[in-house]
Amino acid sequence: MRNVIALQGGRAQWQQADAWTLVREPGEPMPAGPLIVPLACWIAQPSHEHGLWLGPDDDAEPLRPWLASVPLIAVDFPSFRDGRGYSQAYLLRTRLGWAGELRAIGDVLRDQLGHMRQCGFDSFAVREDKSVEDALKGLGGVSVLYGRSVIEPRPLFRRR
Amino acid sequence: MYHYDEYDRALVFERVAQFRDQVQRFMGGELSDEEFLPLRLQNGLYLQKHAYMLRVAIPYGTLSATQMRTLARIANDYDRGYGHFTTRQNIQFNWIALEQVPDILQRLAEVDMHAIQTSGNCVRNITTEAFAGVAADELLDPRPLAEILRQWSTINPEFLFLPRKFKIAICSAAQDRAAIMMHDIGLYLYRDEQGEMCLRVIVGGGLGRTPILGLQIRDGLPWQHLLSYVEAILRVYNRHGRRDNKYKARIKILVKALGIEAFAREVEQEWQHIKDGPAQLTAEEFQRVAAGFAAPAYQRLDDADLEFGTQLSLNPAFARWASRSVQPHKVPGYASVVLSTKPGLASPPGDLTAAQMQAVADWSEQFGFAEIRVAHEQNLILPDVRKADLHALWQLACEQGLGTANSGLLTDIIACPGGDFCALANATSIPIAQAIQARFDDLDYLHDLGEISLNISGCINACGHHHIGNIGILGVDKNGSEWYQITLGGAQGKDSQLGKVIGPSFSAAQIPGVIERIIATYCAYRELDEPFLETLHRVGLEPFKERVYAVHEEAPTCAM
Repeated sequence: MRNVIALQGGRAQWQQADAWTLVREPGEPMPAGPLIVPLACWIAQPSHEHGLWLGPDDDAEPLRPWLASVPLIAVDFPSFRDGRGYSQAYLLRTRLGWAGELRAIGDVLRDQLGHMRQCGFDSFAVREDKSVEDALKGLGGVSVLYGRSVIEPRPLFRRR
Repeated sequence: MYHYDEYDRALVFERVAQFRDQVQRFMGGELSDEEFLPLRLQNGLYLQKHAYMLRVAIPYGTLSATQMRTLARIANDYDRGYGHFTTRQNIQFNWIALEQVPDILQRLAEVDMHAIQTSGNCVRNITTEAFAGVAADELLDPRPLAEILRQWSTINPEFLFLPRKFKIAICSAAQDRAAIMMHDIGLYLYRDEQGEMCLRVIVGGGLGRTPILGLQIRDGLPWQHLLSYVEAILRVYNRHGRRDNKYKARIKILVKALGIEAFAREVEQEWQHIKDGPAQLTAEEFQRVAAGFAAPAYQRLDDADLEFGTQLSLNPAFARWASRSVQPHKVPGYASVVLSTKPGLASPPGDLTAAQMQAVADWSEQFGFAEIRVAHEQNLILPDVRKADLHALWQLACEQGLGTANSGLLTDIIACPGGDFCALANATSIPIAQAIQARFDDLDYLHDLGEISLNISGCINACGHHHIGNIGILGVDKNGSEWYQITLGGAQGKDSQLGKVIGPSFSAAQIPGVIERIIATYCAYRELDEPFLETLHRVGLEPFKERVYAVHEEAPTCAM
């Protein structure tokens, strides 16, 4: 994928050599190289090589037995105004304990990257018509978090 | 009141810088209209008919004198010299230039204020009642938990793009003056038999095009679980609320679709995972926030004040005002005072000029502890006035046009800005309110009628809460012309009810006459001092319909 930002050791970097190809609607023949395929496809054909993506309505629970074999999980934002992906990320990280790469895909824009980061995303496939350098500025968000989040599970009142 | 610490302050200043950058990017063409829309809404900025409108948050309706003066200066420097107080205890400025908004927000941040999440599909301003902390019938002070919720919901990253707006209210008094049954989440705070603070949680209430009273989802929830329980509700809603149709996207529709039992099960299941986690509130945190709401240094006074008693007996106009505007206080010798923003033709409901704001700020210092409240009814409250000072305050309030003795009466009209400002409105609200106020300008008569609430919304979004007015007026559009539908029997508070439509709609010109006939019907059937609502319950809608429509048989009405 183009326009991918990844957090590595807390630092954000543009992954200019990202090897993944997003497959929204699987057909024949499939592209070469590592793919990110829809959840149902992946479960039908589990693979160490290919990652998977969840739609906002997909239930992540059936993935539980497979978490050790998935190389990457992506969550789709059909529109940046559709906030279901944030709860998907929360559940994947805290309820399912997914510790691998969690990538935001779809309508991924600069002004939401900070929220996505808080909810546990560590890579961001910024919408392809947008500038990655520009989007990098959005990752910080606002530094004060009153409540809690995936990356800071303690509310501010336990950190004061 | 609660005072910001370095975290609170850092957050609002960072937010101003962030929004300043977003405004620049929008004006420079880097952000599209669509991309900018939720960013500006979450900073309180709407685009109305003629200009941008900025809605500033007044958390649970509490303001300091300094903050009020800042609002006055903003009205003068950036608007047309006035502001409009809303039913959600906020203030709106109607004539704002986009490029000036970051500077306005900067000025607000300097006095610990902001416009964060006063719009958008996120958790909105947390509300409680205007008499919190001072009401004679209060069980517990709801403000510490309201502030804790305000903080928790502010830029909470998981819940900023909900299916629709989300409103939370909390109250803890014998009377529910916070309308908790009409909220996405309504919280009732009380002590259980062991003396522990508990919450009753109501979910799925709301007005708008599908008015529904909330349903109880849990009782006896220990207060420590407030945040985790609300988080569980929001997560279930965020995941499962409808997003295909904005008119079916509020949580009330989800609760209705699943049924309250199934919805409660989903919430309970989610809550089990998080209830004993770090979100559990601590006594230390409660104390830290509650310290901000510690009672001010009240004097020890006799409850009966001779001077006040003398003035009451000497001055009937003052006595009339006091009978409506002076509310009981829990500290002897003190009272809370309602400053009516409903003088009639002089200004629209909820509007205050900058000079009036300055005056209110001065009075709050002269006659209180520099604190002001905004009521759900769009009036202002001075919460801590010594009874001995009431007469002096009344005289000043009259000079400033804020001394109208109509609090709780027919002309204390709740009205949205309506078609004069709002792009969503089907019809105007303010001229209707003023025509009714002009028709009922005899204060003796109004006092004789007693408590009647009249609420006007310019469209089905129901910002004027017409469903819960004893008399409700709703602007409707019929082939491009403005009509008004009347409902009767709505009520807020513990005995909340939704009004019932009485029949076909009326033109604007007919409305004052229609209201007159409704009132005449009430007077004809009223027994002794029976309140309007009780007469209506006793005799039913029919006599009202008969009188209202009998006269109108020949007049054009609208079949809606």
